Amino acid sequence: MVVKGSVFKYGDNVDTDVIIPARYLNIADPAELATHAMEDIDTEFVKKVQPGDIIVAKRNFGCGSSREHAPLVLKENKVSCVIAASFARIFYRNAINIGLPILECEAAANGIDAGDEVSVDFDTGVITNITKGESYQAAAFPPFIQSIIQAGGLLKSLKERGK
Amino acid sequence: MAMTMTQKILAKHAGLNTVTAGQLIEAQVDLTLANDITGPVAIREMEKAGFDKVFDRTKIALVMDHFAPNKDIKSAQQCLECREFAKKYDIVNFYDVGEMGVEHALLPEKGLTAPGELIIGADSHTCTYGALGAFSTGVGSTDLAAGMATGMAWFKVPSAIRFVLKGKKAPWISGKDVILHIIGMIGVDGALYKSMEFTGDGVAELSMDDRFTICNMAIEAGAKNGIFPVDDKTMAYIKGRVHRDVTVFEADPDAEYEKTYEIDLSTLRPTVACPHLPENTKTVDELGHIEIQQAVIGSCTNGRIEDMRIAASILKGRHVAHGVRTIVIPATQEVYLQCIEEGLAKIFIQAGAIVSTPTCGPCLGGHMGILAQNERAISTTNRNFVGRMGHITSEIYLASPAVAAASAVMGYICAPEDVK
Repeated sequence: MVVKGSVFKYGDNVDTDVIIPARYLNIADPAELATHAMEDIDTEFVKKVQPGDIIVAKRNFGCGSSREHAPLVLKENKVSCVIAASFARIFYRNAINIGLPILECEAAANGIDAGDEVSVDFDTGVITNITKGESYQAAAFPPFIQSIIQAGGLLKSLKERGK
Repeated sequence: MAMTMTQKILAKHAGLNTVTAGQLIEAQVDLTLANDITGPVAIREMEKAGFDKVFDRTKIALVMDHFAPNKDIKSAQQCLECREFAKKYDIVNFYDVGEMGVEHALLPEKGLTAPGELIIGADSHTCTYGALGAFSTGVGSTDLAAGMATGMAWFKVPSAIRFVLKGKKAPWISGKDVILHIIGMIGVDGALYKSMEFTGDGVAELSMDDRFTICNMAIEAGAKNGIFPVDDKTMAYIKGRVHRDVTVFEADPDAEYEKTYEIDLSTLRPTVACPHLPENTKTVDELGHIEIQQAVIGSCTNGRIEDMRIAASILKGRHVAHGVRTIVIPATQEVYLQCIEEGLAKIFIQAGAIVSTPTCGPCLGGHMGILAQNERAISTTNRNFVGRMGHITSEIYLASPAVAAASAVMGYICAPEDVK
């Protein structure tokens, strides 16, 4: 599968409190929750984001709280992929579990700037920066995690395995 | 193959003789935890996926602590959803207002977490129970849903960083200063995906409350878990609380560590994390004059009885500075009652502080002490991210209860010995 979109670029340690502030965690409806995505770090994000757009950040994306609302609001905003030099571990699990594609790639995190047009091939892990004419190779997922992604999330994969 | 303490607990729960760092395993869990924020999401995911029973109704804890006592109708609905789920599945360990406390103070107190056990919780500070020699880690709501339904969770076996604690604690030094010092040293992703294993003669110097505080903030260094060896203090703590056999694990002497740091407790100074990351640490002496409008003493990090006692020892016979709203939140009903019985509540109130019922409230900007534009707080909580306690221009300085109480009295951040 290949996705393509325009890039929103952020720095190190983007925490889940800025991805979705706790003051909104009493909201149950994902669509309403999604209107507050990235609000405390980028008030323009929800106004400008288009389906398919890509978030690129540096180290430790998604650090802090375990709230699954964080990957969920990005998915609700139709973000097609998050690329970072590294992810905080709970965000990493949550993204895989709910089916938000994420890729670890330091070269892409350094090479891609805000507004660049980028395409991502999930089968090969190749990230192409169309604007700059560059490409970067992301790390592959271990087979166990690939099986969760292919099943459409953790709970579906457990059901498939008869748990 | 030599294993760390964490690896031994994981191997046991995966039914394996040995595991190695990087290995993917599926392990049995001894307890799952969710709160009023993450619980409803987990419940919906579990039922949406078609699971109609829980793996063990005695091994699921649900604690209504984040926006409880409910701050608004939406929060009330979320607690209602958890309450109905608890009723439907006859969940034994459902803690509502009147019984609840801040989850990571409450569960050890209730004896629900014990040495050698494996605990997952849909809350990042679930790593707290490493203080008891357990493996515990935070997960999301979907992982928790899977855990509640199947009693299993998958893990990548972590490598470890070892922290050898030495010497006797310097005056006013607590677990909070130790962990802030460490996070300042290694950074907020310094232990990413790894275990933080604490060892050395200095461990005996640390109370259980110190150890809970240290393990609580392992996540602030990106760690999967923090863990302490089990000793006499651990066994004394669980006596009368844990009524089941426990297994004590020890790291092999030749276990592999990616790095070893030595920390001399006698050389530490009270430490403060400046906005907006827990790694932005300075000793209190390096700070300069920083005025505050609010002081928060409580949370899953520092809402236990020793925290209350140390704060009261500074506030006794003194009054908080004019213009510093001082909010004291004992973390559980047991701690709250102890504060009353020991006269601490009276000391707080006479000093001009308020004493709240247990809640996570202000720590995550929920309720009970939200900051306005450009306001600044000293807080014994665990995160000082942008907007964490209120307005995005507000600032949080993280510190120990001693530093928070001293700062409340003086009106600016200061060392406990500087209180006049």
